[in-house]
Amino acid sequence: MITPALVAQHGLSPAEYEKILSILGREPNLEELGVFSVMWSEHCSYKNSRLELRKFPTSGEKVLVKAGEENAGVIDIGDGWAVAFKIESHNHPSAVEPFQGAATGVGGIIRDIFTMGARPVFLLNSLRFGPIDGDSQRARDNRHLFSGVVAGIGHYGNSIGVPTIGGEVYFDPSYNGNPLVNAFCLGILRHEQIARGAAQGIGNPIFYVGAETGRDGLAGAAFASRELTEESKADRPAVQVGDPFREKLLLEACLELLATGCVAGIQDMGAAGLTCSTCETASRGGTGVEIDLNLVPKRSADLTSYELLLSESQERMLVIVKKGEEATLQRIFEKWELPYALIGHVTDDGKMRVKRGDRVIVDIPARVLADEAPLYQPEAALLKQPLPLDLTTLREADPITALHQLLAYPSIASKQWVWRQYDHTVQTGTVVPPGSDAAVFYVREAKKFLAATSDCNALYCSLDPYEGAKIAMAEAARNLACSGARPIGATDNLNFGNPHKPEIFMELRAAIEGISEGCRAFNIPVTGGNVSLYNESQLSAIDPTPTVALVGLIEKQEEITTQYFKEPGDIIFLLGEFGSELGGSHYLLISHGRKEGLPPRINFAHEKAIHEELLALIQGGFVQSAHDCSEGGLAVALAEACFGNSNKTDTRLLGASIDLGRRDIRSDVALFNESQSRIIFSTPAHKAPEVEKKLQSSGLPFSRLGVVTQQEELIIELDQKTYNWQTKILYHSWSTAIPQMMNRLN
Amino acid sequence: MRAAVLQFPGSNGDTDALIALRSLPGVSADLLWHEETSVKGFDLIVLPGGFSYGDYLRCGAIARFSPIMQAVKESAAEGTFILGICNGFQILCEAKLLPGTLIANRNLLFCCQEQIVRVETDDSPFTKNITSQSLLHLPIAHGEGCYVADEATRAQLNLNHQVLLRYADATGKASKEANPNGSLENIAGICNLERNIFGLMPHPERACEELLGSCDGRGIFESILTMLQDQQ
Repeated sequence: MITPALVAQHGLSPAEYEKILSILGREPNLEELGVFSVMWSEHCSYKNSRLELRKFPTSGEKVLVKAGEENAGVIDIGDGWAVAFKIESHNHPSAVEPFQGAATGVGGIIRDIFTMGARPVFLLNSLRFGPIDGDSQRARDNRHLFSGVVAGIGHYGNSIGVPTIGGEVYFDPSYNGNPLVNAFCLGILRHEQIARGAAQGIGNPIFYVGAETGRDGLAGAAFASRELTEESKADRPAVQVGDPFREKLLLEACLELLATGCVAGIQDMGAAGLTCSTCETASRGGTGVEIDLNLVPKRSADLTSYELLLSESQERMLVIVKKGEEATLQRIFEKWELPYALIGHVTDDGKMRVKRGDRVIVDIPARVLADEAPLYQPEAALLKQPLPLDLTTLREADPITALHQLLAYPSIASKQWVWRQYDHTVQTGTVVPPGSDAAVFYVREAKKFLAATSDCNALYCSLDPYEGAKIAMAEAARNLACSGARPIGATDNLNFGNPHKPEIFMELRAAIEGISEGCRAFNIPVTGGNVSLYNESQLSAIDPTPTVALVGLIEKQEEITTQYFKEPGDIIFLLGEFGSELGGSHYLLISHGRKEGLPPRINFAHEKAIHEELLALIQGGFVQSAHDCSEGGLAVALAEACFGNSNKTDTRLLGASIDLGRRDIRSDVALFNESQSRIIFSTPAHKAPEVEKKLQSSGLPFSRLGVVTQQEELIIELDQKTYNWQTKILYHSWSTAIPQMMNRLN
Repeated sequence: MRAAVLQFPGSNGDTDALIALRSLPGVSADLLWHEETSVKGFDLIVLPGGFSYGDYLRCGAIARFSPIMQAVKESAAEGTFILGICNGFQILCEAKLLPGTLIANRNLLFCCQEQIVRVETDDSPFTKNITSQSLLHLPIAHGEGCYVADEATRAQLNLNHQVLLRYADATGKASKEANPNGSLENIAGICNLERNIFGLMPHPERACEELLGSCDGRGIFESILTMLQDQQ
């Protein structure tokens, strides 16, 4: 008997329940109610965001598989090779159980990639936490979450042997109690290897492969579509437990199986497990699916049908094999010592039919369930433009202290503590390891250099989500340009609060529009991604965090560029304006405790012209190093360029002697403004005149700033004043900040 | 030289080892599945990095019971060169082909970084081409790389010059600060008394080309080649 209370417990509205009644023409049973509840959760159906997501540009001549078609988009990279990549969140599980929550986030995104027939080659991650400094209980909780998430990501990626080569971590009180864990994976494949998640061929056998089903992760998709409360800890059973060894076996077995050509369709069991994989494959194939739960490998015999359908146990896949090829699957899965079972077959009636022995438990039209979830257009508030910063109310902080403070602030400080815990050298392809603007990976089999980065300054987004999202795109593309790459595609992870609050839905809409505009400007498609809503704890909603990850191609090995100054005597240029925008800056936040003002504006045409000019200089062999100006502005960018590559044991600190000339502006504005479209790069002294000539003829704003020095000092002259920092001491502030916070007892 | 790279189901450094070996002139290298029962006909057997059987219990604790490890033991006794890298080193210790054991890093955190190691002696098939006391820059990437052995065992290792690599700083000093995992006496790699079995935590196979930032790992593989040529 389905009561209104039971319907509400399943997160379904009365109107949604009415729709279920009309689809079935009868009352659902408990199992069917559970199936609808997970399939129509935000996590699976995108019911609150799908109408907005249609604004993303998703096509292009290099697009082989479009966003939303399959588990991940696929982009052509030439010579018959392609990449599949995607970012996905595991925020809610990580808030409740950081280690397993993050680990299974990595496991899930890796499965999404090899489901496409691609071999996963590298990982990135984008993380957000509340502040980790101080003795408060909240800071301790945040440290617990931070260390657990990082260890969990490492545990999974290191064991399965996919290198984690980059990412980003920011800290802000808005993430107290609701950390963000977004994991990205990229895989490589030949065009002809693209696998589809469709149940094709009536009568084809359906196999369950991989780990046995248990009670872990019960209805996790529905859990992820609620706000976090104090009681969420009781939801710990909704967090899955990861087994990277099993996934390694599953990955190898699936790729070996796909290579035989006997697979008609393949789909991972991620969110909503068996339910989602069966009805989605049927829907995509325009077919039906019939399975028997008695045949599903189980960890415990007493699992109910409801539990079997909604479990999110990890490391499981659904494989539809061409009839007559059953023995091939058996041979391969026996070699890899993995459970497998023939659980059903493809039918022609368009139904998702689940039986337990002879008893029919679920009988629902698959396409309606998978693709016709109710769609909502929640009410959106009007986009408010923040007030510009009134500089007269702002005391000019001492620049010497301010730079130290900025570099020691965890969002800007060295993240070596984090990526030391990730194996970034396995698979011998990491050419530029974590720490530079973008990571660069050599895909040996394809002989291609790929660059990748993830970015989002949520401080900007909290003040102006539209401009903030545009800047996330611009900065990601700029990071690629600084590494010598041109972007080929984007994937996004939209992390927001409760969409039924009009101001939050407005943020979501604005961010989607901002990212879309960026994609059009750089002429790249969104290849897929993820929406994570209801990121609210009892305290507040998170700052809107539309994280974007961009993938780029570098044409030649000689064009790979890093952010670190190389040789004393090299000339330093600024490509772009000096800038003056201090609104939403980290200087304002850190030195003055103010999270306000109008964030920088972005002009994509100008931004793109800057990238093209830099790439032309890189291709001409003029550029020794290139680094974008982002959080902390010019001064932080210069300091970071002096620090060298902290991956290398023989890295030496360098200095820089900079003359900004007469600008007649406040020192804090000159040094720490975060105006966009700015890159500092260095060039050998003998090439500087030619660089200057080229820049002049480009018509773009630029300045010759100074010279790289042997002496470990950063000297900046401005309006006849000299500011002087010891790079060793700056480096100390920057490199020890996070370890010092994390090494305290709790 | 004919080299075999063992492939346990959870190996993930197997391809890296193959690529490194195949980049050397005159080397053929093949993968050998863990269920094989013979490793005959190979001059060098590499146990690669990874998580052999998941290693949830203790690294290498299950691998030592695998069919192929019985064959490795037999070949080792006949003098075949055995090289265990990272997880391979852990397996060699578990299989008692090398003394001592590897436990969790002292700070309990996984550690991936470039590391300087000092070559303690050129009197081994694995360091023959490398000047004694020279410094190699090699990546490390492990959570359980802290080498421990009782005092008597370490005394024997030192007496017989079985310690081939120690963690060191840029000046060559095997200091506490340069020790990434708490290994006793900064031990990074050891060989057996007969000097045909070598286990090390760093990854020489990940440092065999300029593109990856270091070629210092090549010396180890080239030493084995030289040794084999000398034997012929």
